[in-house]
Amino acid sequence: MISFPILTILTFLPLVGALVILLFLRNDETGAGSARSMALVTSLMTLAGALILMLVFDPANPDFQFKEKMIWLAPLGIAYHLGVDGISLYFVLLTALLVPICIIASWRSVETRVREYMIAFLVLETFMIGTFCALDAILFYVFFEGGLIPMFLIIGIWGGKRRVYSAYKFFLYTFLGSVFMLLALMVLYMQAGTTDMTVLMANPVAPSIQTWLWWAMFASFAVKMPMWPVHTWLPDAHVEAPTAGSVILAGVLLKMGGYGFLRFSLPMFPEASAAFAPVVFWLSVIAIIYTSLVALVQEDMKKLIAYSSVAHMGFVTLGLFTATLEGISGAIFQMISHGLISGALFLCVGVVYDRLHTRDIARYGGIVKNMPRFATLFMLFMLGSVGLPGTSGFVGEFLTLLGAYQVDTLIAALAASGMVLGAAYMLVLYRRVIFGPPAHADATAMPDVDGREFAVLALLAALVLWLGVFPGMITRSMTPSVEKLVTHITQHHSEQEQAP
Amino acid sequence: MDVIAVFAPFFAFVLAGLLNRQIGDRGCQIVTCVGLLIAAAASIKLFLDFALGDQMPYVRVLAEWVAVGDFKVSWALRVDMLSVVMMNVITIVSSCVHIYSVGYMSHDEAKGRFMAYLSLFTFAMLMLVSADNLLQLFFGWEGVGLASYLLIGFWNEKHSANAAAQKAFIVNRIGDFGLTLGIFTIFLVFGSIEFETIFANVADQAETAFVFFGHEFHALTLIGLLLFIGATGKSAQLGLHVWLPDAMEGPTPVSALIHAATMVTAGVFLLARFSPVYEYAPFALAVVTVVGALTAFIAATIGLTQFDIKRVIAYSTMSQLGYMFFALGVSAYGAAMFHLMTHAFFKALLFLGAGSVIHALSGEQDMRKMGGIWKKIPVTYVLMWIGSLALAGVPFFAGYYSKDIMLEAAWARDTGVAHFAYWLGIAAAFMTAFYSWRLLFMTFHGKPRASAEVMHHVHESPPVMLVPLFVLALGALMAGAVFYQPFVGSAGGHEASAAHHTEPAHESPERWNRQAFWGPAIQVRPGNDTLEVAHNVADWVKRMPTVVGVLGIVLAFVMYILQPRLPGRMKEIFSAPHTLFYNKWFWDEIYQFVLVRPALLLGRMLSLGDRKVIDAVGPDGGARASGKIATALSHFQSGYIFQYAFVMMMALVAVLSWFAFRMG
Repeated sequence: MISFPILTILTFLPLVGALVILLFLRNDETGAGSARSMALVTSLMTLAGALILMLVFDPANPDFQFKEKMIWLAPLGIAYHLGVDGISLYFVLLTALLVPICIIASWRSVETRVREYMIAFLVLETFMIGTFCALDAILFYVFFEGGLIPMFLIIGIWGGKRRVYSAYKFFLYTFLGSVFMLLALMVLYMQAGTTDMTVLMANPVAPSIQTWLWWAMFASFAVKMPMWPVHTWLPDAHVEAPTAGSVILAGVLLKMGGYGFLRFSLPMFPEASAAFAPVVFWLSVIAIIYTSLVALVQEDMKKLIAYSSVAHMGFVTLGLFTATLEGISGAIFQMISHGLISGALFLCVGVVYDRLHTRDIARYGGIVKNMPRFATLFMLFMLGSVGLPGTSGFVGEFLTLLGAYQVDTLIAALAASGMVLGAAYMLVLYRRVIFGPPAHADATAMPDVDGREFAVLALLAALVLWLGVFPGMITRSMTPSVEKLVTHITQHHSEQEQAP
Repeated sequence: MDVIAVFAPFFAFVLAGLLNRQIGDRGCQIVTCVGLLIAAAASIKLFLDFALGDQMPYVRVLAEWVAVGDFKVSWALRVDMLSVVMMNVITIVSSCVHIYSVGYMSHDEAKGRFMAYLSLFTFAMLMLVSADNLLQLFFGWEGVGLASYLLIGFWNEKHSANAAAQKAFIVNRIGDFGLTLGIFTIFLVFGSIEFETIFANVADQAETAFVFFGHEFHALTLIGLLLFIGATGKSAQLGLHVWLPDAMEGPTPVSALIHAATMVTAGVFLLARFSPVYEYAPFALAVVTVVGALTAFIAATIGLTQFDIKRVIAYSTMSQLGYMFFALGVSAYGAAMFHLMTHAFFKALLFLGAGSVIHALSGEQDMRKMGGIWKKIPVTYVLMWIGSLALAGVPFFAGYYSKDIMLEAAWARDTGVAHFAYWLGIAAAFMTAFYSWRLLFMTFHGKPRASAEVMHHVHESPPVMLVPLFVLALGALMAGAVFYQPFVGSAGGHEASAAHHTEPAHESPERWNRQAFWGPAIQVRPGNDTLEVAHNVADWVKRMPTVVGVLGIVLAFVMYILQPRLPGRMKEIFSAPHTLFYNKWFWDEIYQFVLVRPALLLGRMLSLGDRKVIDAVGPDGGARASGKIATALSHFQSGYIFQYAFVMMMALVAVLSWFAFRMG
């Protein structure tokens, strides 16, 4: 019953592009130029494919669509199994959107090993889309972990001065997390006899063994998100990564953790999720307050935004484990929105970094005069990050807090203090970079954004506003799948209560 | 009409904002002023339909906004008397300010941007007041906050302006925090945040309890208090008021529009809008009364001692907002709205008049460097007098009607807190009159204290700045008398009981009656109708505000005209209170010490903690233990990166294969 394999095409199209670059393009100046174009064309084709996917997607259907299934490792019953539902659809779209943006952003700023750089990005795209489409736990794991390698290389090779330390830290943290995940998958397989995620999700294992599996999975996803206190790899990774690396890291890779919670922890271990939800809540609240305070005193632009990402991801974990429709929808929306906003913020840092080659906030100031268009766009993303109504950032934050409020008013109130702190650190950043008397001649001599930069940022700005005013664009097709998940979880809760 | 009124400023903003370069500064000015005049015309038409015609309240749904499960919210316009009154105040004052700004900002570099921001603000404010649900109200609420931020920091090269803008935004966010929790609570209690559903079900939820932070609370009281926290931030009530005086860093038209006439009254509007809920939350109302009264009093004491002309008016605004809040607190919602409207006119007039003075004195704001200019700018001088007379509540000016009815209502409420509010209000009325004339005398009379150079340049403002002032002055003169009957008049129809106020006796249409006028927009529970009782309070209660007002004026005349040495002597005699008042009761210093510094310190400590604690035990410790891997990693530069990638991929596959065989 395999019809048109649109998901396979979406997943592997970038890999094909990467292979073409690897095999047919020479490793010299012209090869570099062609590699750029090839990578851009490939990623744009993938984006087009993703848009088509969105159009043919049936928003009323809560189940997985466009399923593909082939036997892969026969003795184990492990299958090559793909599919998307209303939850994964937008992660696929987000990935397909951000990769071409990354390639455009790297057009001039990456000049060494361009060929390899483009290959790394395309391979990464395959892994990312694969992660969001996989319906087999082992396949998911392969994609999920595979993404580590190109990202590791992007930081380690094209990064800043302390890139090796950062890349290593990134790898160590996340790899350690995934070891636990692999162990959990083994046990899960032994218990359930299958790695088919749809089966595992529909039939959770016995509550007694859920605990250990939940913690093992949690270790992996919490590092990815990242949650406090395993977040310290993120600021370093961001600081050293090239601009596009930061964009994809904040935009997509962090979301894999949240996606993992949605696909594994919540549906497969509903009892354990409920039992340990308070732990997650408190870790989320600590993350929000702690990292917001840390962000307040940063002197490095990228570090500040990196810490803000941890705070925003705190809202996501909080929303997810409320197991309410509002909370989970809000968390997903927040992830998508954060993908756009934080991606754009890192691009904004990239814009000034390309001109002045420093991330030190104190080296800027008063640049609104010479860069008015940049100042306007940066302002918009800053406001999105602060969660101003009318931007996408508001919808996600509001819904997650609304979900949390239904579960625990104190937790929600503490998390909502992030609204105040978030405004504080973002406004301080903006003011110190953009406003004030012109302090440095080189900073106030920087030219405004060029056409290429403007186009990319304006596109993201339009999306941030559009989703802020009409979030129904996303929530409409997301809601049936989320509703299904919430019903599934609550059913298990009530069953457990009836039969203790 | 409603759509035109709300969206005309939006299109003006978009045109002026995006096409600034194409249409030029003049184009921006024309577009925004025309947009605002259209909006004002549409609003007036709406008002006439309601007040004189038989238009009934309605809701116009524009589009779906957020819909997740039970949480459904639309973009919609709610048109009833409350929103129509607000729309009129906003669009009329905003039109005046737009036109005035053409003259006031004529020397500025970024005229187009300024006009665009003004229009953006107006749009957000209109969205706020015409909201049909709390989320859209919050959209407008944050939108006006943003516009305020942009406009306070308009002169963004100035350090103090940026600091003030930032402070305003962050302090307001603290209020928003309360408002947000209020919205959540309402959703959980009522299952909706649409006004219609909330207000229809208030009576059913009158006894509902809500568990908040582990304790049971009376749900409606909790809602009332949380919403009031939001109002406290936006309307600069005691505790969250510290941003308002600093906001005077913005250009003066901004102070007039945002920080006097409209945005700061959003909190008053919010509480009036939620009158059906507050009516069931007497404790919340009592809190509102006390906070409002204290604000009115404390702000007035600070106003006595300040020298910056704009800050005096800013503290006066804060004080007048306090009046509105205690009026709300005694269920006299109509009176609060009435004062909101009259205040919008005379306070905008005072601010813009002060702007003319500052403009004339080449940007000087310190009253110690003014004086002796009334003959040089007589029109501004007269207009400032009108504004001050209205503010001080001198009979037959607008403020006389609105301030008196609020104080009478407070007395009529006849509870401890209400009497407390009355007496603080009387004291504040005395101080208001005093500092208003102190301002007039210091600014216009006495010997010129500005340099000869500055004095030489003193000139009357151009017509483009004076005409809007005339419009506002008309409001300050007439609005009280004309709108007394429908806003706060006796609903009983007994003309005889309607006190000593000489009410204009024209042929009243049917709607020209308080209850019919407000319709369902304001709801007062039976037995709570203080406005009705207010018309029958004792005579001395009614005369008191006027008497103290006149006394205040006389005292100012003695101290600043007859005996100019007296203020210095007074300062010495009352040095302790003077220090307290002059330093604004030390709110800023306390916050700096208790909140800001600890937050930054904590941030630094935690930042260090990331490195010294988490990293030390985590990855760095691990790194030292496995130094070999690190050495291997240093070969990164060798070039054969894909070998490493390949090796890693292979390792992954190997693990999987091993796993597969073990299982198989």
